[in-house]
Amino acid sequence: MGLQIDKDHQRFRKIVKGKIRKDLRKFLTRSELLGREGKKYISIPVQGIDTPHFRYGDNSDGGVGKGDGQPGDKVDGGDAGQGGTQEGQHILEVDVSLEELAEILGEELQLPRIEPKGKHRITSQRDKYSGIRQTGPESLRHFKRTFRRALRRQIMSGLYNPDAPRIIFERRDKMFRSWKTVLSPQSNAVIIYMMDVSGSMGDEQKELVRLEAFWIDAWLRKNYQGIESRYIVHDVRAGEVDRETFFRIREDGGTRISSAYRLAKDIIENNYAPSEWNIYLFHFSDGDNSSESDSRDCCSLLTEHLLPSVNMFGYCQVASAYGSGNFINVVHEHLNDEEAVITSRVNTKDDIYDSIKTFFAAGR
Amino acid sequence: MNQPLPKAIAEQAEIIAEHARREGLDFYPTIFEMLSSEQMSQVAAYGGFPKRYPHWRFGMEYEKLRKQHVYGLGRIYEMVINNDPCYAYLLNDNMFVDHKTVIAHVYGHCDFFKNNTWFSRTNRRMIDEMANHGTRVQRYVDRYGQERVEEAVDTFLSFENLIDPHSMFMRREAQVQSSAQIEQADKDRRENGDVGRYPAKPYMDRYINPPEKLREDREALQKEATDAHVRYPERPQRDVMLFLLHNAPLEDWEADILSIIRQEAYYYAPQGQTKIMNEGWASYWHSTIMTNYVLEASELIDYCEHHSGTLATSPGRLNPYKLGIELLRDIEHRWNTGRHGPEYDACDDMATRREWGKDKAPKGRIVGRGSPGREKIYQVRALYNDVTFLDEFLTPEFVEEQKLYHYRQDPATGKMVVVNRDFDQIKRQMLFMLTNHAQPYIYVMDGNYKNRGELYLAHSHTGMDIEIKFGVETLKQIFKVWKRPVHLHARIDDDPILFTFDGEQSTQQHIDEEVPKPANEF
Repeated sequence: MGLQIDKDHQRFRKIVKGKIRKDLRKFLTRSELLGREGKKYISIPVQGIDTPHFRYGDNSDGGVGKGDGQPGDKVDGGDAGQGGTQEGQHILEVDVSLEELAEILGEELQLPRIEPKGKHRITSQRDKYSGIRQTGPESLRHFKRTFRRALRRQIMSGLYNPDAPRIIFERRDKMFRSWKTVLSPQSNAVIIYMMDVSGSMGDEQKELVRLEAFWIDAWLRKNYQGIESRYIVHDVRAGEVDRETFFRIREDGGTRISSAYRLAKDIIENNYAPSEWNIYLFHFSDGDNSSESDSRDCCSLLTEHLLPSVNMFGYCQVASAYGSGNFINVVHEHLNDEEAVITSRVNTKDDIYDSIKTFFAAGR
Repeated sequence: MNQPLPKAIAEQAEIIAEHARREGLDFYPTIFEMLSSEQMSQVAAYGGFPKRYPHWRFGMEYEKLRKQHVYGLGRIYEMVINNDPCYAYLLNDNMFVDHKTVIAHVYGHCDFFKNNTWFSRTNRRMIDEMANHGTRVQRYVDRYGQERVEEAVDTFLSFENLIDPHSMFMRREAQVQSSAQIEQADKDRRENGDVGRYPAKPYMDRYINPPEKLREDREALQKEATDAHVRYPERPQRDVMLFLLHNAPLEDWEADILSIIRQEAYYYAPQGQTKIMNEGWASYWHSTIMTNYVLEASELIDYCEHHSGTLATSPGRLNPYKLGIELLRDIEHRWNTGRHGPEYDACDDMATRREWGKDKAPKGRIVGRGSPGREKIYQVRALYNDVTFLDEFLTPEFVEEQKLYHYRQDPATGKMVVVNRDFDQIKRQMLFMLTNHAQPYIYVMDGNYKNRGELYLAHSHTGMDIEIKFGVETLKQIFKVWKRPVHLHARIDDDPILFTFDGEQSTQQHIDEEVPKPANEF
């Protein structure tokens, strides 16, 4: 409470969030602490700022360790045992909590919280016993706190005898649990992810899409309860798939983007009335559409059917070694006036932040 | 902020201090304080001190320590400050036996601080000094604004490792002789033509001291004198911080902050130089005192858990506590059994070596006191640092017993793999990791490079290249201070490269005949 270091800590947080001293942002590092929860290994993200120093390069020269092992064995033990049939122990199974990560992400990107909009917002109310106070019914007495206060009082007043510890509560020692009413907005929202899986999308591109979609998913889920996700993949034809498949699938062939938009339109019309649902569309592609005429079809599909009913249409183009990558230009040209349309380009993993930031900057 | 030390613990501290003194430890008066875990994290983030100047990196450290604590990944049991009196902190939610162990451990550290020669030049009033630094920096913050001060601190921190820890022990010539005296002596020497004139009879003088040779010598001497004057610095200077402090165009307040950071870097340097010994010594003593004197039977399990946790090793990382205590015990054992000296070294019969001096080893409950081994480790703790400690006392037997190995990255898989258990290799690797705290040696070679006031630094290559990206970023930071182009001469993949930052862009060029030479070279 009121530690001197809090000031330094707050200052550090502000730098990390990019509010002050933007020049330091480029030295931001992320490392992790490895922890253990039951059988699972968890990773706790730690942020740091590593100001430059003269230092040695890679540690290819190795070091000195201690323990058993023959030359050639891995240092961290992993497969050193017999035949290596056991799973390596050092595998991270989960991250700390998605919640926390999304929180960090939100803080860092300064993402505004997405306000549930429309009149169909349902707000649920529930009581949460999270507080503490000095009055209340005996049934809610917080024994540990009460005991601690009594103990502290007795020690301070010199009544406490360690040889014959006897703690007697007084009225003023008593602490009670108290509740707060938590209002949590509950909104209906659906996200439809569309991904181009044509031959030109390589593993690298898919990895980018996977990461970006993951973060968008995490972020939206944090802000909405009861969120639904639908996944569409397309080459010249579009099909709906489940989440697993969406991130794994590998197909070949040409690209007809309109097929995906048409399917999205069907899904929305059949299941999600725009008056009841917040609808988010995200489309990831390398922007290499098969024909100009199909691109035009896409635009008319968007303007006539999709855009009127969705909160947002995010188009994210990943850089690819093949193809023209022209679709983003088409979108710019025809849909420039549409507020719900946001586009971004992702070339490397570093761009993912900026891309997500672009998508959510306005708090749609 | 601190809570009063509970009476029971204060009593224990007295008892333990008494045992420690009887064992020969010699320490400053030691003040124990009890802290909550938040407070402990603060103190630890502040490098052991209750008050430091404001800076975000303490907040960063604090956040990390808090996370470690909250997720149960690490616990700071002990914190002790090299100061007279010594301050040590105990964590209030520790068990009683933990407190006892920590107290015994702390006395080991205090003794080390007081008696190890590498600490002999450190400021023993550092608590006050640090608080003063805090006040001074705070005053600059009030006057010039947090942003400006913080930026200055950040900049200076990027070369805080460029100091010369040995310089604390140097006596400068200037202190011995005033510069006027030296100049006078030089002048006399030059004017009298006293350049190695040999005594000779007048009729032989022409032959013994040929006038041409004398003239040549005189000219050479004069040239040298002028060159030395032009050379700046006169010889490669390792204390880059000092060079910048004296020569960079800094405002007064900036210079003051730079000197603060430099002073603190020097204060912490011996702790970096003696990590293994210091922790080993403290662990040796908590173990000796606890198991011989103060451990209650009921506390045994908890003590063992604490002790083995402290000394636990994980693959790929050497635990300084473990390495230190084992090596000290090995030395003690070797000296108790006479396993040192030419006779022992010459013996190459393994069986004899194993049995060497076994009958001499002292027996009894309190093994060490007064034994030659104990005497030896007291001497070691006074005179050595980690580098000399390992260099002198690491033996093949020890390496084998401790199962040390050398590992490196397998180029094929990128995984770290055990390479071998070769003693020379292991020793070389360990010494390399410890030398200069595993920091590259950087020297100022020229403060007026190309006669244009540019700064020329050089990396003295000792086997490993420096990291280029960070090197360039650091140059940019140094430029902020020097305000003229800065250069770094480094060897990358056996190629001499000159990295330059001129305020706008950073460039690099291969160093060949064309590139002007700096005033000094290695």
